[in-house]
Amino acid sequence: MAKGGSPPDGELVQLLTPEGERIESVTGSDGTVYRADFTDEEYRGLYRDLVIVRKLDAEATALQRQGELGIWASLLGQEAAQVGSGRALRSQDMAFPTYREHGVLYCRGIDPIMPLGLFRGVDQGGWDPNEFKFNMYTIVIGAQTLHATGYAMGVTMDGKTGTDDGEAVIAYFGDGATSQGDVNEAFIWAGVFNAPLVFFCQNNQYAISEPLERQTRIPLYRRAGGFGFPGIRVDGNDVLASYAVTRAALDHARLGQGPTLIEAYTYRMGAHTTNDDPTRYRIASEVEAWQAKDPIKRVRAFLEREQVADAAFFAEVDEQAKRESLHLRERVLEMPDPSPMTLFDNVYPNGSPLVDQERERFGQYLASFEGSAH
Amino acid sequence: MAEKLTLGKALTTGMRRALENDPKVIIMGEDVGKLGGVFRITDGLQKDFGEDRVIDTPLAESGIIGTAVGLAIRGYRPVCEIQFDGFVYPAYDQIVSQVAKMHFRSQGKVRLPIVIRIPFGGGIGAVEHHSESPEAYFAHTAGLKVVACSSPEDAYYMIQQAIASDDPIVFLEPKRRYWEKGEVDLGLDLASAYPLHASRTVRTGTDVTVLAYGPMVRTALDAAAAAEEDGRSLEVIDLRSLSPLDMGPVYDSVRRTGRCVVVHEAPSNVGVGAELAARITEECFYSLESPVLRVTAPNTPYPAARVEEEYLPDLDRVLDAVDRSFGW
Repeated sequence: MAKGGSPPDGELVQLLTPEGERIESVTGSDGTVYRADFTDEEYRGLYRDLVIVRKLDAEATALQRQGELGIWASLLGQEAAQVGSGRALRSQDMAFPTYREHGVLYCRGIDPIMPLGLFRGVDQGGWDPNEFKFNMYTIVIGAQTLHATGYAMGVTMDGKTGTDDGEAVIAYFGDGATSQGDVNEAFIWAGVFNAPLVFFCQNNQYAISEPLERQTRIPLYRRAGGFGFPGIRVDGNDVLASYAVTRAALDHARLGQGPTLIEAYTYRMGAHTTNDDPTRYRIASEVEAWQAKDPIKRVRAFLEREQVADAAFFAEVDEQAKRESLHLRERVLEMPDPSPMTLFDNVYPNGSPLVDQERERFGQYLASFEGSAH
Repeated sequence: MAEKLTLGKALTTGMRRALENDPKVIIMGEDVGKLGGVFRITDGLQKDFGEDRVIDTPLAESGIIGTAVGLAIRGYRPVCEIQFDGFVYPAYDQIVSQVAKMHFRSQGKVRLPIVIRIPFGGGIGAVEHHSESPEAYFAHTAGLKVVACSSPEDAYYMIQQAIASDDPIVFLEPKRRYWEKGEVDLGLDLASAYPLHASRTVRTGTDVTVLAYGPMVRTALDAAAAAEEDGRSLEVIDLRSLSPLDMGPVYDSVRRTGRCVVVHEAPSNVGVGAELAARITEECFYSLESPVLRVTAPNTPYPAARVEEEYLPDLDRVLDAVDRSFGW
């Protein structure tokens, strides 16, 4: 194991190299020591998560290609950032995802079927954020960072920070979102109110077609300085470093020490969504270079080198991933279309006479076809 | 327990009651704390309820509404002040895309009991962006409710009812009427007060139904008093709720009078008056003696203050419309 040290400015916190070599610890510029000391079982667990999350994602992409999902936003390439940060969350912590955090969702122990209604078009992602400690997916870019900030302010107002067992909040967003007003407002508010919040930016290098250079002239993590809180860049393809850095930032938040911006430096290996064609805006050699930094390969190399896992384990994980993805597929195919009358449901908690009247008239309209040929 | 209060002070008193009655109620906005708001509507509240419950926010409207969403998910009941009507637009995305839709898209699992207070309308001699009437943008959006108070007593009860409601509510305050006084019976409980989403006949009459809300209710009442001298009897209905509209009393009235004039400060094009005219035509077609007429601002941007009296509907323009209504 390499000894590590402090990364020079602009470099990544890394605890596992692309070749699968462990770095014992890294000391951040503020003196925080990042380390990930897992048991063998935990190392294998992280590998299992990464493989399953990728397999489920591939299954969802396939379902879209077969017309069973309307669209899919693949996380391919970003598994380590999501599993690392997702596993760093404690049960009391709250997450505010974008629409690509399928890996974080999985790590929260949530059934991966939950967001697929949104992508199939049978619902709009209707779950209870407080039940799962995982907000509904947010499609408007960056809007959820303000929701996370408000929620985090509420955590403080509830007196739930300031101890080892306090609550923390994490807001996910991408490199493109950092140009949004809402995200910058969230930075300001979180700083001003010292919110127990971790801003977790997966810099996957592209906002649909636009490269990072269209969003920023400085490394994203350095933006935090201007808002008055620490920013740090982590190798987003390194599950151990993603875990360690997120864990430290969450603990910082739960102790009442305020927000942190984490820039998880990664790469979107696939398209923005299944409607996108990335060959129009990036070259193959760039993708190949990132393939060499694959987040799963390096964990496997590490496990093999350290003899933490054997061939039987890898085969068993593949088998589990296959089983879970098949199970997911079967259930997606069984998702019923909503009844037309649900159009009128839940517009308001207290209802509305206008909606009631329209529901009634629409019901009569539909009933007028009963008994006719169509 | 009747007390003479200005409309502004009635709002302050109503919010004070809400803060006392529910520890989850919080006030947030620009300058709402120490200053008590630029119109002093939150005057004294921070002093009595603390900086955690009456929050001076950064100067960012989207931030006010966006963080209110998160606070509501956490279980709070935020009452957000947007300082002036023309400054609500930076928050528009959070209001129409997040606040309005969260209950629907969560299939009823997320409630956002957020009140968005907006002083609206003109007539105070202000510079641009301080006198607008943006109600149609919000009334058009499913998932939002929109109300406008016009009197101190309504202000006192409607703000409390809005805060107690689990629906997200855009609460429009007629800023030029903040200083007008009226009797407020402080003794009613919210359930027995006049319902939040009900229109109210504020003057009975037999010849023409005049519909108004917010600052134009006073104008309509003044017009009715003047018309009486000419022997015309105007019935004035304060709509109070713009989404949903409470049309029952409106239809009843128009069926009796056969004539209807709608008054609002907002321009006419695709506005609340257009919606009212369409619905009245659908429901009262055979009772109408003349088309529903609208008295509104022209379809131009809000003008410089020295010409706003020409821009805004006034008593004479209401009476002119009443005359035209009889010209058919």
